Amino acid sequence: MTESTLVAGSTDTPFVIAGQSLRSRLMVGTGKYRSPDEMIRALDASGAEVVTVAVRRVSLDRSRDDGVLAHLDPSRFFLLSNTAGCYTASDAIRYARLARAAGFNEWVKLEVIGDQETLLPDTAALLEATRTLASEGFVVLAYTNDDLITALRLEDAGAAAVMPLASPIGSGLGLLNPYSIRTIKHRLSVPVVVDAGVGTASDACITMEQGVDGILMNTAIAAATDPVGMAHAMRLAVDAGRQAYLAGRMPRREIAVPSSPGAGMLE
Amino acid sequence: MTEHAVSPDGVIPVVNGEERAIAAGSTIGDLLRELELSPAAVVVEYNREIVRDRERLDSLVLATGDAVEIVHFVGGG
Repeated sequence: MTESTLVAGSTDTPFVIAGQSLRSRLMVGTGKYRSPDEMIRALDASGAEVVTVAVRRVSLDRSRDDGVLAHLDPSRFFLLSNTAGCYTASDAIRYARLARAAGFNEWVKLEVIGDQETLLPDTAALLEATRTLASEGFVVLAYTNDDLITALRLEDAGAAAVMPLASPIGSGLGLLNPYSIRTIKHRLSVPVVVDAGVGTASDACITMEQGVDGILMNTAIAAATDPVGMAHAMRLAVDAGRQAYLAGRMPRREIAVPSSPGAGMLE
Repeated sequence: MTEHAVSPDGVIPVVNGEERAIAAGSTIGDLLRELELSPAAVVVEYNREIVRDRERLDSLVLATGDAVEIVHFVGGG
């Protein structure tokens, strides 16, 4: 299947990160679902190819097996391991190396968190970790804030994609600064994938209308009343937003302009 | 826990942050078998060094105080 349901008129360019062509512009997380079965059905409904996973200690009490690969077929999904929970560059690098040793791919969704309350990134540590991991051959997708200068520095540091937030992780506040996201997309050469903060389908649609290459989300789907239904809505919203971006919206103006001809009215 | 009643020749590595007694001469491979973990399903870090070649797991002999981390993928965003 092609990456979207694009119809006549607009043709899209392929969504490529580090030479890999991806069939969906929607990436989804695998955390916080009520059950593995619900997670799989939501992933299917989302149409996502790239799914994120986290690295954690195995529970030595084998009665509590929380491994996600028992449910997730790695031949059907592209596993994108994250460094969630890491607060230093060295921790994030350690987690990235552990993930790579699992043997699936060289990609990492790099997070270096700077603050427990907001989960906003520590951009200095993020830059340092990006440099190190890129030099080790990792494909680094760097989770960052919506700051243009940091995004530019990340690209210079070797990030394969930059992932600015729409709003804080898990907040569901939607796209707080469309201007920043548009500017980042406009200025960067590497793909821009908005990560975190989307709350519902309209947020995803508005985000894609800014012209970004994709969106990554987790809580908006997992914490919905019906995650499978929301996953489907997000798939449609991402496609709709992308198509609207490609189609080019009309200019905004603060006056009314009639849609019907003024001429030909009855006397 | 019974495994802490170590025989005099047992060793106590620290596995995922917990002291865990095991027979002397045991390898990381033996530890994984004891935990019923498939080597293919986990990644092992031994004294801060990732064991990238899983075939080495059966030749790394555990000693008291060794730090072993056994990780896998869980759901995350």
